Amino acid sequence: MSQLVKHHLFWPLCVLAVLLLFNLCYSPDFFSITVHDGHLYGSLIDILNFGAPLILVAIGMTLVVATKGIDLSVGSIVAISGAIACLSISKASDQNALGLILTSVLLAAGLSLMLGVWNGLLVSGAGIQPIIATLILMVAGRGIAQLVTGGQIITVTSSKYAYIGSGSFAALPFSIFVVALILVIAVLLTRKTALGLFIESVGCNPAASSMSGIRARWVILSVYVFCGLCAGIAGLLLSSNVSSADGNNAGLWYELDAILAVVIGGTSLNGGRFYLTGTVIGALIIQTLTTTIYMIGVPPEITLVVKACVVLAVCLIQSDTFRAAMAARWKSRHYPAEKEVTRHVS
Amino acid sequence: MSLNRKFIPIVVTIVLFLVMFAAGSFRYTGFFSLQVLMNLLIDNAFLLITAVGMSFVILSGGIDLSVGSIIALSTMVSASLVQQQGWPPAVVIPLVLLMGALFGTIMGAIIHYFTIQPFIVTLAGMFLARGLCYVISIDTITIDNSFYTAIAQTRIPLPGGSFLSISAVIALVAVAVAIFTAHYTRFGRNVYALGGNEQSALLMGLPVARTKVLVYTLSGLCSALAGVVFTFYMLSGYGLHAVGFELDTIAAVVIGGTLLTGGVGYVLGTFFGVLIQGVIQTIISFEGTLSSWWTKIVIGLLLFIFILLQRVLSSRRLTLKE
Repeated sequence: MSQLVKHHLFWPLCVLAVLLLFNLCYSPDFFSITVHDGHLYGSLIDILNFGAPLILVAIGMTLVVATKGIDLSVGSIVAISGAIACLSISKASDQNALGLILTSVLLAAGLSLMLGVWNGLLVSGAGIQPIIATLILMVAGRGIAQLVTGGQIITVTSSKYAYIGSGSFAALPFSIFVVALILVIAVLLTRKTALGLFIESVGCNPAASSMSGIRARWVILSVYVFCGLCAGIAGLLLSSNVSSADGNNAGLWYELDAILAVVIGGTSLNGGRFYLTGTVIGALIIQTLTTTIYMIGVPPEITLVVKACVVLAVCLIQSDTFRAAMAARWKSRHYPAEKEVTRHVS
Repeated sequence: MSLNRKFIPIVVTIVLFLVMFAAGSFRYTGFFSLQVLMNLLIDNAFLLITAVGMSFVILSGGIDLSVGSIIALSTMVSASLVQQQGWPPAVVIPLVLLMGALFGTIMGAIIHYFTIQPFIVTLAGMFLARGLCYVISIDTITIDNSFYTAIAQTRIPLPGGSFLSISAVIALVAVAVAIFTAHYTRFGRNVYALGGNEQSALLMGLPVARTKVLVYTLSGLCSALAGVVFTFYMLSGYGLHAVGFELDTIAAVVIGGTLLTGGVGYVLGTFFGVLIQGVIQTIISFEGTLSSWWTKIVIGLLLFIFILLQRVLSSRRLTLKE
């Protein structure tokens, strides 16, 4: 039993369960899933579908956080990737050509890969702190996205492109399969090869890992590249879901949500260990929370306040000092004489 | 006499500002005037005040991501109290300043006493303040209070036919006070010591806890003051005011030559960092054909160059020591 409580997924799963339970009490048809034209519909499916981009970004962010880094530019990469894809599609005469969609998607993915390389080089090559290195792309990236879209919202009318974000495959949203694919690749690479160990070791101490023969710089570079790619794919999902690209607002606040998901999932911001499944659950918690807030009719603006309280609570619980302080309070409250006894003994 | 190495970043900043201003003057007629220079101060008064507070935070080795949200919250609270509740501005403005300072104190206390990274605590503060704005109202609240409009329209005449706004004067006073605080008071030296090395500062017997909490209090106070000035500038309260502003502020501090790891830098540099951002915007508006997003790209590029410069300078200093 105590082992169960200590498992890193225990608390995140509890929170998720409480949220779902609350939804069930509040609206009994929350769990009902109906079938229309071979597609599944329902709140749960919506949470998975709308949460897909966030899960993707958060997976990339997990690995970056595991190396004791942070990537603030993911929101901007989301915007740039969607903008590039929509721009290249909107320019073509036949927007439904399969070749065109594929080239656009590859273009967007390639570009986000390059942006990841840029971040990675700044952090591992130039040795700049991750917060600041990625801050550059966070500021400039949104400018680039606006430059690409010309400050407008580019809309595309391509059913094939829309399929990526809103189509269904085997009765489930196609986006879920994209996320599942990336997740499986990430889990296999980090847990079935030594790569995960390398990442954790670099997160603990880059200098020591270098001395023990790990190419710390390459590991750091590769996690930023992976994070950029994940954000780029998330941008594709997001823009194809609404068939448009908005350089100003696409992916706004995404970096914060992604970091929140990572932290809720049990990955410490101090680096050194990471939990990909925890992150996925963290992202689902955030998405469920947002959906719940929308559903119970509280103004959606409150979401930010709730998220702030969640971030703070999770961080306080993670803080050793806070836990020690709480434990001391609890102890002194139950055994008021204990302090005196120890004083006499010593 | 060779230039002291520690002055190189700030000299680079000032030279960059002069070069940009000169380039603008050569390229555009009407650019080279005192009024354009004054407009830099008028249009960036709130950025200047926030950046001054941020300088202290970064000098102490921390970071404050909540400044933009506190500005928005200040405009929102001022607007709703003055406009909807009919409170007199003489009560509202001190109240807003107090609120900002208190917000900073709480964040600072959490950062210090629970040893959580400043980045994540102020991130939560950013969410919280922005969310509270929306709790007050999701719409713009326009202010037509006579005090606010009077302050917004007052022009302080200067020789040569140019003028300054009251906001710009407040900003200049804030900069002057900050320069004095940073370089001539015990608190200022404690901040530098804290940023240099927290362990050493603690071992030297400096009041680390008090300094750290005060730094964030100061930043919160500056943001709230910037919010008040912003209310004079926009004459409205809105939850989406100053989105992404924290990055402009950090960029201003970094372009001003302050080392992000803390301990090295000057408030005066921040002043010029803000002016550089202002010049970029002015050049872009004089150019006319260029759009506002170029500002972001250029600022990002400058940030990049300055951080690389810092890297090169600090690594050279390290090798010299060895």
